[in-house]
Amino acid sequence: MSQTVEQRGRSASPGLAAGPLVLLDRTGCGRTPTGDPRRERQDLETSIGAAIRAIQALSAKLDDEAAAVLEFQVAMLEDEALTTPAFESIAAGADAVTAWSGALMAQIRDYEAAEDDYFRARAADLKDLRDRVGRHLAGEGDLVVPEGGVLTGEDVTPSRFLSVDWSRGGGVALFAGSPSSHVAMLARSRGVPMVVGLGQVDLTGHDSAIIDGDSGRVVLSPRVDDWTAFAAARALREAEAARDAEAAQKPARTVDGVAVSVMINIAGPQDVDGLDPAMCDGIGLVRTEFLFHNCGGLPDEETQTRAYRRIVEWAAGRPVVLRTLDAGGDKPVEGLTIPGESNPFLGSRGIRLSLARPEIFRIQLRALARAAAHGNAKIMLPMVTIPEEIDAAAKLLDQVVAELTAAGVACVRPPLGIMVEVPAVAIEPALFARAAFFSIGSNDLTQYVTASARDIAAVAALNDPGNPAVLSLIKRMVAAGRDLGRDVSLCGDMGGDPAYLPALIGAGLRSVSVAPPLVGRAKRAIALVSAGVS
Amino acid sequence: MNNSHASGSVVLTHAIGLHARPSVKLTKLAKKFRSAIEIGLGPEGPWIDAKSIVKVMAAKVPQGSHLHFRAAGNDAGDAVSALIGLVESDFGEAKADVANG
Repeated sequence: MSQTVEQRGRSASPGLAAGPLVLLDRTGCGRTPTGDPRRERQDLETSIGAAIRAIQALSAKLDDEAAAVLEFQVAMLEDEALTTPAFESIAAGADAVTAWSGALMAQIRDYEAAEDDYFRARAADLKDLRDRVGRHLAGEGDLVVPEGGVLTGEDVTPSRFLSVDWSRGGGVALFAGSPSSHVAMLARSRGVPMVVGLGQVDLTGHDSAIIDGDSGRVVLSPRVDDWTAFAAARALREAEAARDAEAAQKPARTVDGVAVSVMINIAGPQDVDGLDPAMCDGIGLVRTEFLFHNCGGLPDEETQTRAYRRIVEWAAGRPVVLRTLDAGGDKPVEGLTIPGESNPFLGSRGIRLSLARPEIFRIQLRALARAAAHGNAKIMLPMVTIPEEIDAAAKLLDQVVAELTAAGVACVRPPLGIMVEVPAVAIEPALFARAAFFSIGSNDLTQYVTASARDIAAVAALNDPGNPAVLSLIKRMVAAGRDLGRDVSLCGDMGGDPAYLPALIGAGLRSVSVAPPLVGRAKRAIALVSAGVS
Repeated sequence: MNNSHASGSVVLTHAIGLHARPSVKLTKLAKKFRSAIEIGLGPEGPWIDAKSIVKVMAAKVPQGSHLHFRAAGNDAGDAVSALIGLVESDFGEAKADVANG
């Protein structure tokens, strides 16, 4: 048995997991060539067929947009123009893995050389196909994570992450990666423990691991003591989780009886599947980016309307705050965001990008106004910096509502509020009184106030939402909201963190929005705080 | 199979160009016909197999291009008009974009 190795990374999603290591990024290197061209060809044909069936099985579980991406991948695999060059190399003496990667690499290079961003990005689809078939050739099939298994490797794509059935437990430990990546967000919303930024780890000889998503600690080839400690820690967590689940069902009140609204943050309709709306006071943040991350192009009005409507109807009358597209920064969208900006977090993102592309923004506003006819929807603008941005968005919103009404399409003009994440808003909130409500995006606010990114390890410690300057701005915002008669909520990670809830409630905040698995924990933490109002 | 030939052209209006989803739709439709069908980016070609998603995507056709179709086979006429119809309808998607133009 291998020597126990302990490694520290950064927490990307809380929770404990332990079990066999499942290595990412195996691309068929493990196959031994048979030396027989007929068998090499047969193996490649079988592997392509198996990959097609695996993609089809995966696509049956996904929504239309995601399924369209996979349909493209299947069409590529079924095309002889892709496979013929590989079969020709086999006939010329190459083994199946070499022949397949060679044929795909020619395609990948061709896409990588494309001038158009959209076509250049298709190289990733081709790489996915190369690796998928490569895994089948190596007899590894698709990733199967056994109960409690720990997925380990350099990084993981959202599609690989989503292809795993996480309902039976398991976790993720990455050498690279970032807590603010999309995969980390997906992991948090699904309650999958994840540690990132472990650095290069030699996994040779290790076949099991314990990961602690709270502290970022990873133990490879754990000792008996480690397993005992893990079992105890897990029992404790399970007891905690049971108390959380119980607390989640009741409204949140401070120890002195002040009601605090606890809403949820979601990244798509599938995030509320299986959840009881009674657990929350509404949805404080719908990240609409989920609709814009498929390679099938930008989503049309019908696709968006359907998705928003499903979310609004789930909430059954509770408020649902839908944030307009917050692309840019670390969230590029093909065909929309501007590639190669020298500093994307200070560049064209959020409302800046939407106002620069009104033809795309209008489609989203139309879909939002149509969905608003089915429930209590509100629209929230991200990255607002000056009041005129609200005016410009309000004008577009009024126009599309007038158009829809004139065309006899059912719609409602939702209240238009803003995210408070640019310090300019938090410093002079009264200038933004035309916003119908405020929601403090504490993650970005912290990043902009402390001038430090949480995904840059060297400065991540500076990125502290507990910094007095951040808390002072939150306090200022809450006071301004009271003066202006506007609701103020907070939808960043600190809203679900028991370490910060006392300070937030002390600052006068009475509404937070957190990832669904954190609702119970947040409510229990609130119950221990005294609001201290006279 | 007789030697019927047909051809035609259409302007591609789709926002990104002939990207993944439209290309899948186009090649699937082309495969429904028995005729050999080719797409050209100019009236003189070069011609690519309209039934191959790999080749259609590799052409990386941008928005605003003139797409030329030519077909040979007993359903050549139907094939060309169906494909032109698909491109003209903007691949049956993104109607909202056009309406909002």
